[in-house]
Amino acid sequence: MRGKALEAVDSAGVVVRQDGAKTVVELFGDWTVETIGASDGALRRVEETTAPGDIVIDLTRLGRIDTAGAFIIGRVTRRCGEPDGDFHFIGDHPTARRLIEEVRARTTVCADEPPSTFGFGKALGRIGAGLEAMFSEILDTLGFLGRTMMTGFSSLFVPSRLRLTPTIWAMEEVGVNAMPIIATLSFFIGAVVAYMGANLLQGLGFSVFTVELVGIAVLREFGVLITAIMLAGRSDSAFTAQIGAMKMQQEVDAMRVLGLDPFEVLVLPRVIACTLMAPLLTFGAMIAGIFGGMLVAWSAQDISPSLFITRFHEQLDWSHFLVGMSKAPVFGLVVAIIGCRQGMQVGGDVESLGRRVTASVVQSIFAVIVLEALFAMLYLELGI
Amino acid sequence: MTQDALISVRGLRTAFGPHVIHENLDLDIRRGEILGLVGGSGTGKTVLLNTILGLKQPDGGDVFFEGHRYGGLSRADRHRVNSRWGVLFQNGALFTSLTVRENVMAPLREHVSMPQELMEEIAGMKIGLAGLSPEAADRYPSELSGGMRKRAALARALALDPDILFLDEPTAGLDPIGAAAFDSLILELSQALGLTVLMITHDLDSLHAICDRVAVLADKKVEAVAPLEALMRNPHPWIQEYFHGPRGRAATAGQGG
Ligand SMILES: Nc1ncnc2c1ncn2[C@@H]1O[C@H](COP(=O)(O)OP(=O)(O)O)[C@@H](O)[C@H]1O
Ligand SMILES: [Mg+2]
Repeated sequence: MRGKALEAVDSAGVVVRQDGAKTVVELFGDWTVETIGASDGALRRVEETTAPGDIVIDLTRLGRIDTAGAFIIGRVTRRCGEPDGDFHFIGDHPTARRLIEEVRARTTVCADEPPSTFGFGKALGRIGAGLEAMFSEILDTLGFLGRTMMTGFSSLFVPSRLRLTPTIWAMEEVGVNAMPIIATLSFFIGAVVAYMGANLLQGLGFSVFTVELVGIAVLREFGVLITAIMLAGRSDSAFTAQIGAMKMQQEVDAMRVLGLDPFEVLVLPRVIACTLMAPLLTFGAMIAGIFGGMLVAWSAQDISPSLFITRFHEQLDWSHFLVGMSKAPVFGLVVAIIGCRQGMQVGGDVESLGRRVTASVVQSIFAVIVLEALFAMLYLELGI
Repeated sequence: MTQDALISVRGLRTAFGPHVIHENLDLDIRRGEILGLVGGSGTGKTVLLNTILGLKQPDGGDVFFEGHRYGGLSRADRHRVNSRWGVLFQNGALFTSLTVRENVMAPLREHVSMPQELMEEIAGMKIGLAGLSPEAADRYPSELSGGMRKRAALARALALDPDILFLDEPTAGLDPIGAAAFDSLILELSQALGLTVLMITHDLDSLHAICDRVAVLADKKVEAVAPLEALMRNPHPWIQEYFHGPRGRAATAGQGG
């Protein structure tokens, strides 16, 4: 019977011969899951070309057999009205007949998946579905924002409902721990801007304008943009993964049943932390960016730090700083909202977690850049 | 160790940090038997299973597989040994990103070569064998009920027609009718295929219905291994409480024993 040890198994063999009106299928060797692959085609041909009542299976030289082997042997006679009738079998085998019957009795053959169709109509359909999905994503995100706002307002009136510990924890995660990387990036961006200015302005003899170039670029745009993009890549994906993993393990459901509002416990602390920390990070990014620009101006153009700072104070208006800072909480809010919403959308499987994390990063960077453009238009019209 | 032992555990010690789970534990699983493993919650049944499967390194002692020390097998031998094992984990451990049918096909893909169509048919057959309806085959694990997930996991455990089946609380969470059908399936398979089964269970009915011997895990070791009738006469207090407490008596009465 069974009890194969660590040695290899005999391969399965099959010989089909005609015996009068009957077609005899002779089986050799072991018919187990490892060996049956090669004999599949031969048995299929017998099943398709022979009248089901005329098939006889010779078990005399059959070796070991398992359920996969029993399945493939039993398949030959499945179209017969009496698939396990005695006239189908010759030869003795200790377990084969019993196993074949057992497998047949417990098996209902699964329907095959419907073949997928390709074509022009389907392509159009997919484009349409994609557009519709985009609009409903935007709508849902706005709805999520509204719901978070409502939770926020209601905990303004009952401050004890505000979860202080998770909020502080999230502030550390989002703010303090992100500061080094954001400052480093911003430092290099400031340096790059200064180099570009050095090249362009030196030719014109206006190299001292590098100060304005660095100041305006970093204060108005780059400080806040670097911060927002790093928040999107770093904190937003973490929010989605954290909340999504909890969703997968039904922790979020458990919270609801215990009377905890996931918006209050999971979403609001992260949104508050992100909105509050974004301006601070932006401020750090601005300082680092200007410092990078100053070093480059000093080394490449002989603009001494004291001259750089004096000119910075004289020539640059506070409005540039305020414009940059005003965008920071908005970006922080948007990034946190998108991250939390995508986390809450995770279903029961790992794949949806991966999909949602990707979607969340892409959407938040997209949203940051679109908002950046809107802000630029707004401040231009306002003349700030 | 006895000659007919398929798996032998000798002098096993496992610990998580200072927290010792097993100390000097011996166990033999004989070829062709259905061995039940019982013990209170948290006594280390799942940890013992993981150690036998090689998922957890023992802190002392050895696991022998047909007389070979499992840790001493070569990679290729270990791969071959693994293809003879079917494992049903306590929580199912299905791959959540694959459908039930793809889950069952995963071990087939890894260990045998056969046409795709046949592989799908065999996967469908195993799913039926485990008692799932055909509609469940193309669903994802997250869309199934707990009991259906257990059955899908059993179908995957049976995919390679293993010689040895490890079941961690297979009938927990099934309705009594489903649990009885599960028991009869395991019994039928073990008789027809000569399967060896290690079944961790709290289900006294399963112990009565299908287990040849029952091992009791208590005080960090296997306190007793015996057929159920003999075990019930064991004076160990936990065993007495287990089989002669209110639930134990009810199950015994139900069996007419
Ligand atoms: N990964 C782990 N780390 C630390 N302790 C563990 C770990 N897994 C299990 N344990 C401990 O081992 C003991 C036995 O667990 P387990 O084998 O799951 O129990 P059961 O017999 O109910 O299956 C428990 O006390 C558990 O706390
Ligand atoms: Mg357990």
